[in-house]
Amino acid sequence: MNPWPFVTAAYGAAILLTAALLLWAFASMRRAEAAADALNRK
Amino acid sequence: MHALANPARFLRLARPITTWLLLIGLALSTGGMAAGLTLTPPDYLQGETVRIMYVHVPSAWLGMAGWVGIAAASISQLVWRHPLAAIGARAAAPAGATFAAICLLTGSIWGRPTWGTWWEWDGRLTSMLVLFFLYLGYIALASAERERGGEGRIAAIYGLVGAVNLPIIHYSVLWWRTLHQGESIGLSGSTIDSSILWPLPLTMIGFTCLFGAAVLMRMRAELAETKVEARMRRMGAA
Repeated sequence: MNPWPFVTAAYGAAILLTAALLLWAFASMRRAEAAADALNRK
Repeated sequence: MHALANPARFLRLARPITTWLLLIGLALSTGGMAAGLTLTPPDYLQGETVRIMYVHVPSAWLGMAGWVGIAAASISQLVWRHPLAAIGARAAAPAGATFAAICLLTGSIWGRPTWGTWWEWDGRLTSMLVLFFLYLGYIALASAERERGGEGRIAAIYGLVGAVNLPIIHYSVLWWRTLHQGESIGLSGSTIDSSILWPLPLTMIGFTCLFGAAVLMRMRAELAETKVEARMRRMGAA
């Protein structure tokens, strides 16, 4: 059995899920902090 | 910890730390994964599939560490009423759930060529799956409690009760000697040859930094949302 498709799939899953977590956390932080800053300027 | 009870002081520290954790985490995890894929020899028994270890082991550690964080924050909330404890616990849950899911996925992918099966109801695999479902339950419960204006005490008690699963995961390979191999890395050393082991600390530290960055970003988001909600309530009352 060729092991490389399994190795690639494992790395792909780890990278994709970690990137999705970081992007979601970053986007929600930017959105919330921008809303708080906009309210402060009012 | 009580020095960070002031959200303004916490934010002053969290902003630069988030950036540093992201940069160090990306550098170490990318370097560790690249080294694990290209610079280490194949294992004499597992062959090339041993390379999955460099993403599987950090995700297993972070899946469990996330719940240790939730349990510690729950104690801090229930005993000392630390104002950031509930926010910290809620922020750790999605990151912990993500790494528990990565652990289950990469373990399953490793199992197919090594054990000949994607899944087995083995003690370690099952207790890790239970941890993933505990995370989902915690996220749902904590979100519902926050929406109803609660202090997060019910979620904190759930966080403490769920910690019972952590020793079960850790000792499962000793209590039920089924398919999952025993402990390869312990406090007394490792049974893995150093020529294969050396990129693992890089990915362990790298993914831990990324986990920390995700938690800090979620905490900052929740603090900003709380600020907006409080301001809107004051404006509505005026």
